[in-house]
Amino acid sequence: MSDSHIHNPDASGAVPLLRAHALFCERDDRVLFSGLDFDVQAGDLMQVQGSNGSGKTTLLRILCGLNGSYEGELYWRGVPIEEDREGFLASLLYLGHRVGVNKILTARENLRWSCALHSPVTDNDIETALARVGLAGYADVICRNMSAGQQQRVSLARLLLNPATLWVLDEPFTTLDVHGVRTLESLLAEHVLAGGAVLVTTHHPLAVPCTLRRLNLDTRGANNS
Amino acid sequence: MTALAGPQVTTFTAFRATLRRDLLIALTRRNDLLNPLMFFLIVVSLFPLGVSSDPQELTRIAAGTVWVSALLASMLSLDNLYRADYEDGSLEQLLLSPQPLYFMVLAKNIAHWLVSGLPVVLLAPLLAYMLYLPADAYWTLMLTLLLGTPVLSLFGSIGVALTVGLGSRGLILAVIVLPLTVPVLIIGAKAVADASLGVSLGMHYALLGALLALSLSLAPLASAAALKISVN
Repeated sequence: MSDSHIHNPDASGAVPLLRAHALFCERDDRVLFSGLDFDVQAGDLMQVQGSNGSGKTTLLRILCGLNGSYEGELYWRGVPIEEDREGFLASLLYLGHRVGVNKILTARENLRWSCALHSPVTDNDIETALARVGLAGYADVICRNMSAGQQQRVSLARLLLNPATLWVLDEPFTTLDVHGVRTLESLLAEHVLAGGAVLVTTHHPLAVPCTLRRLNLDTRGANNS
Repeated sequence: MTALAGPQVTTFTAFRATLRRDLLIALTRRNDLLNPLMFFLIVVSLFPLGVSSDPQELTRIAAGTVWVSALLASMLSLDNLYRADYEDGSLEQLLLSPQPLYFMVLAKNIAHWLVSGLPVVLLAPLLAYMLYLPADAYWTLMLTLLLGTPVLSLFGSIGVALTVGLGSRGLILAVIVLPLTVPVLIIGAKAVADASLGVSLGMHYALLGALLALSLSLAPLASAAALKISVN
C-alpha cells in the first residue's frame, strides 16, 4: 500500500548486501512497480510474492542486470552495482525459468562448464553435489534423457558448487517432487544460516527453519514474518 | 560471508571451458557439423552442371564460386552459435559470469570457426580441382580462406547475437551479416583470381589480415553488447 522505506537501520548499521532504491519498471504501458525500496541483508531469505504478471521475474532479472529497462538505484555492499559489476557477478548465482542445462551434454559436462565460469571444481565435487540433490549416479547421463525435474536438479547442483553469496532463484520449485522440495528448502536454510542471502520467487509455501522475509509486489512493501 | 567467498577462476580457464563445451556440443550434434560442409560441396558441384563443363569457363569462375559457397555455408551454420544457449538459459549464465564477456564470446566464435570454417578451408583444394582452378592458385585459395573464414564467423556472430531473441528471423540475419562480409568475399575471390594471373598478392593478404585483426578485436565486443540486448 504505502511506499514506505523499509531500510533496516538496526543490524548495527551494517551495509546491506543488496539495496534497491526507488525502483520503477514499466512494461507495455503498465507500471509493474514504482518507488520500490528494499534491502537484503546477509542471512536473509526473502520470498518475492505477487500474482501472475506482477513483475516477480522482471524484478529478479533487473537485480541481476539481465534487464536494463528500469529506473532507480541498486547497490551491492553499498556501492552502485554498475561501478563494480564484476564483483557483484562474482557473488551472484541466478537460476532462471530456463534452467541453463544443455540437453545434449551430460550433467557432469554441464556443471563443469557453468562452474568453470565462477570457481574451480573437481569431478568429485560434482558427484557429491549431484548426490546431494538426488541425482547420484546420473553424472554421465545425457540431460535430454532426464525428466524436467531432474534437469532442474542438475541446475540446483550449482547452488552447492558455486560459492556465491547471493542466490537469486526464479520459481526453483516448479518441477520438483516432494523430496526435491525438501532438499531445496534445506539448501536455502543452510545458505542463509551460513551468512548468505536468498531472493526467491515461488507460489509454494516455504517451510524453512529460519526467518522468512516477504516482499509482496501486489501490496508493495517488505515485511518480516 | 568470507566463508562463502571461494577461489576465483582465471579468465583463461573460463575461456578454455567455454571453447571445450562448444566443441563438445558440435561434435555430438553431427548434423550441425556436416550440414554446412555438405552444403558447400553440393553448391560448388552444381556449378559445372548449371554453367558449363568447359574447363576454360570453369577456371574463370572457380575462385568466385568457391568463395561464394564458403560464405553461404558459413551463413548456414551461424544459427547454431547462440540459439540453443538462448533457449535453454545457458546464455543467461554466460552473461552473468564474472568473466570478461569479450573472451567468452571469442571462445564461442573460435569454436564455431573450428567446426564450420576450418573444414571448408581443408576441403577447398578438392573443389578447386573439380573446377579446374590452376594448381598455382591452390595455396592462395587456402590461405585467403584461412584468413577470411574467421572474419565470416566473427562478423556473423554479431548478426546472430542481435537476432537470437526474435521469434522468426527469416532473412534478417542475411540482411545484417552480408554487408559486413561482402568485402571479405571481394578481396578473397580477387586474390585467388589474381594468383592464377601471376599478379603480386601482397595487398590482398594485407587487406584480409587487416579485416581479421579488426574483426578479432571489435566483433566480440559488438556480439557481447548485442547478446545483452537480446536477453533483455
